[in-house]
Amino acid sequence: MGNKQTIFTDEQLDAYQDCTFFTRKEILRLHGRYHELAPHLVPMDYTNEPDCKIPLALIVNMPELKENPFRNRIVESFSEDGMGNLSFNEFVDMFSVLSEMAPRELKAIYAFKIYDFNVDNYLCKEDLEKTLNKLTKEELTPEEVELVCEKTIEEADLDGDHKLSFADFENMISRAPDFLSTFHIRI
Amino acid sequence: MVEKFFQDHERKMPRDSLITSENDKRSKRKRAKSKQETSRRENNEEEEAQLTGGKGTKARKDIRNEKTRRMEKEEVREVDENIDEGKKKQGSTKKGEKKEDGGKQLVKEKARDIKKKKHKKAETSSEPETSEEDDDEEEDNDKDVVRPECLSPEELEKLKEAVDERKKLIQSLRGKPWPMKKKLVTLRESQEFVEKYEGALGKGKGRKLYAYKVLMTKKWMKFQRDFENFKTACIPWEMKIKEIESHFGSSVASYFIFLRWMYGINMILFGLTFGLVMVPEALMGRPYGSMPRKTVPRAEEASAMDFAVLWDFGGYAQYSVLFYGYYNNQRTVGWLKFRMPLSYFLVGVGTVAYSYMVVIRTMARNANESGVGDDNSFNFSWKMFTSWDYLIGNAETADNKFASITTSFKEAILEEQENHKDDNIHLTRFLRVLANFLVLCCLAGSGYLIYFVVRRSQKFALDGLENHTWWERNEVNMVMSLLGMFCPMLFDVISTLENYHPRVALQWQLGRIFALFLGNLYTFIIALMDEINLKRKEEKVVKFNITMWEASLYNGTVLENSTAPPVTIHPADVPRGPCWETMVGQEFVRLIISDTMTTYITLLIGDFLRAVLVRFLNYCWCWDLEAGFPSYSEFDVSGNVLGLIFNQGMIWMGSFYAPCLPALNVIRLHVSMYLQCWAVMCCNVPQERVFKASGSNNFYMAMLLVILFLSTLPAIYTIVSIPPSFDCGPFSGKNRMFDVIHETLESDFPPWFSKVFSYASNPGLVLPFILLMVLAIYYLQSTSKSYREANVELKKKLQMQNEENKRKNKRAALKAQMDLEEARKTAQEQQRNNNASVQDQEVYCVSELSDSWMKMRLSRK
Repeated sequence: MGNKQTIFTDEQLDAYQDCTFFTRKEILRLHGRYHELAPHLVPMDYTNEPDCKIPLALIVNMPELKENPFRNRIVESFSEDGMGNLSFNEFVDMFSVLSEMAPRELKAIYAFKIYDFNVDNYLCKEDLEKTLNKLTKEELTPEEVELVCEKTIEEADLDGDHKLSFADFENMISRAPDFLSTFHIRI
Repeated sequence: MVEKFFQDHERKMPRDSLITSENDKRSKRKRAKSKQETSRRENNEEEEAQLTGGKGTKARKDIRNEKTRRMEKEEVREVDENIDEGKKKQGSTKKGEKKEDGGKQLVKEKARDIKKKKHKKAETSSEPETSEEDDDEEEDNDKDVVRPECLSPEELEKLKEAVDERKKLIQSLRGKPWPMKKKLVTLRESQEFVEKYEGALGKGKGRKLYAYKVLMTKKWMKFQRDFENFKTACIPWEMKIKEIESHFGSSVASYFIFLRWMYGINMILFGLTFGLVMVPEALMGRPYGSMPRKTVPRAEEASAMDFAVLWDFGGYAQYSVLFYGYYNNQRTVGWLKFRMPLSYFLVGVGTVAYSYMVVIRTMARNANESGVGDDNSFNFSWKMFTSWDYLIGNAETADNKFASITTSFKEAILEEQENHKDDNIHLTRFLRVLANFLVLCCLAGSGYLIYFVVRRSQKFALDGLENHTWWERNEVNMVMSLLGMFCPMLFDVISTLENYHPRVALQWQLGRIFALFLGNLYTFIIALMDEINLKRKEEKVVKFNITMWEASLYNGTVLENSTAPPVTIHPADVPRGPCWETMVGQEFVRLIISDTMTTYITLLIGDFLRAVLVRFLNYCWCWDLEAGFPSYSEFDVSGNVLGLIFNQGMIWMGSFYAPCLPALNVIRLHVSMYLQCWAVMCCNVPQERVFKASGSNNFYMAMLLVILFLSTLPAIYTIVSIPPSFDCGPFSGKNRMFDVIHETLESDFPPWFSKVFSYASNPGLVLPFILLMVLAIYYLQSTSKSYREANVELKKKLQMQNEENKRKNKRAALKAQMDLEEARKTAQEQQRNNNASVQDQEVYCVSELSDSWMKMRLSRK
């Protein structure tokens, strides 16, 4: 291309294309979006891989994430430090996993991470309650929440430990008809 | 080229290592060795063993060297164990890939450590050993990197495998759940590895060929990537749809994606008809005015250029490439000897065949994607984890979604608590029967209305169109459009009687609208058939008259010598038949146009005007218009999709007689894309009841398939059973339209081919073939049925197994606990009874029990 100032070298773009489900144009657009979030922090020139991170508060304000009840969890589970500060690499990674092209298995892994609020590698009752309350804006009574969580665990828990391991979750989600169509964000 | 590649390659290697050595601040030699070591380790242990073994035989090695190697291996094993332990602690979420990967990194580090240690050890020991060690390292280094020709074929094979593995890794990297940084590092490493050893592999016998292959694959990959980029750049309206998606969620967007898909199909149909039929005829066929079928008749000449006439597709529009009648039955046109009639016929068949193929393929893909999602075993879990639509980026939509999710949960809870208690089953039944009766009445009424109107219009047509008003001329299309507009509303009102669950109600509603449209279309076709028959009668009369006229012409003027050139008559004055094919084409084109117009007008009035009124009258009105009665309109996904499907059905039906139909449809879809996008964004509100988009996808596709089938039926019927008009169209003069195939076979192919074809088409061969196909279908169906049954059975078994496991684990855990307690008790008692002498044994016993208990717990996990 070379008509604008170079943001990435060709090698970098190729590498990103190898590692994500994006095309060259989309990666450049992603960089644009990333840059937009914090123009003073993010350099335009990424050829020497600068080390900068954007805090969670800025990222969850993107229109794509703003209305999502799980926005904080999404950003946190893609950040390396678990606090929600995303470098550009992680930012690209996030949207790559959430893109349309990503396979179900990959999405399932990250969906599990997102719903695992206390990061203990299990979806326990506490996680489910949080999920449910976020989904319904806490409009269900505690008894109803209790019932739904119990039912969910009863349905999906295969090994009887009253919490969902990743295997349980994957088994359940792999058959969900809507998972692929709803668990994606276009950017 | 190849040479250059190699030079490049060899030049690159030292440069690479230099760079990395700067980073590492280690000696180049050590780095190379360790790197080689690590990379080898990463592949697999077997391979390593092979390589080392091979080296052992090749290079001179003393026993001590072997020993260190063994030590090294032991350490590696230790590392592996460490990893396993770490893994356990970490939990089993990341499973295979993660594990393997974590292992890799650890191994790498460890290997580096080992290298260091080894080196130190060597240094501390005697001088000559050190040098030997170093020599050895250098040997290895050289051998693997620079001089691969001294590798044995097996090693080469192994190396090749490793390279292939790396390549595979590069390919699958994007699907790995690793953080991006690691992916990038792995990618770079793998690429370096591949580059390094690919060059090495090339040396030997098939070196040039191999290098060439590698080069070509690289080029090919690059091309593919560029092509992929280009392809995605070519997908139109991506951003528009994305915006709608973020405002209205995936269900509204699914309509637009469907629209775009339709647009794509129509583009291809348009390309076929335009490129293979319209353009050749326009460029290479006889020009306008050269023969009667290509000229406007004298009687119509005066008004042929009027806008009203052109708008009705009469006049000059009727006598142009847009319609069937214009085409000549010349077997070949132009200097290319283009087989025009054959092309016309094949394009007609091809459009239908292509449409079938695309629809069925899409259906199959959808079915694959949605998987086996019809069992209800994960009702709550699915609601919990997949009900939020991540695409939503609009506050209002999000609120609606929250509300709908809450209600769906409440419904599910209610259903769970009391399994459906109907209060008055007789009343609901009665109401449902009543509703269906009303709907049937509506359908019958609309069918009769259309039939009546079409008959009336035929009468008008016989009288001549000029002495009727605009309404009378366009009655049929207007009535059909109006019915299509108001009947669904009526159905909606009726369906409130039935008290169904909203999803079921939606399906009923769709089914009814479908039936309405279908009924209307078929009444229209039946009426058209009547008209065709009328025209054919007229045609017979005209044909007889023409022969009389010609005879009189010749008799009157050139009686004395028939060899003299006949009197030239202007083609416009020649009497001609009614050409029913063009009439059919015209009817369809008019239908499409009026349908399009009504769609756009309803959009403007029903959505835009309503929105404007609600918005601005709200300031001076007694109640809240925005929240109260009129409110803003919702986007009606299902209705719009149905409209699109029927529109497409008409295109399929009519495109044989009016090649311009796909072009018209492309324009229509293009305009509606922009218009509807705009209307949705500016005057619709998100739906209150948000339905799943994906589940209904195949529902729509199935409808499309049904419509496709039903719309090709009449077209095929007319092609096969009605002889074409004698003086217009590419098949004039033939007994049936498909005779063109026969003709081509006879004149364009060698005689043996037509002989073979005639044998193949004889009933003795065709019937068994059909029988065979039916049998094959039956067989496939029964096998798929049995597979499905087996699937269900397996699923059941799996569930049973799981439950049993659950129970077993619980029992085992309980038992272990009890044993432990008992043991404790006995131990305490024993402690009381005897003294310190037996204590050792007790402790042992208790610890054993607790061990077993722990094991149980672990296994349960």
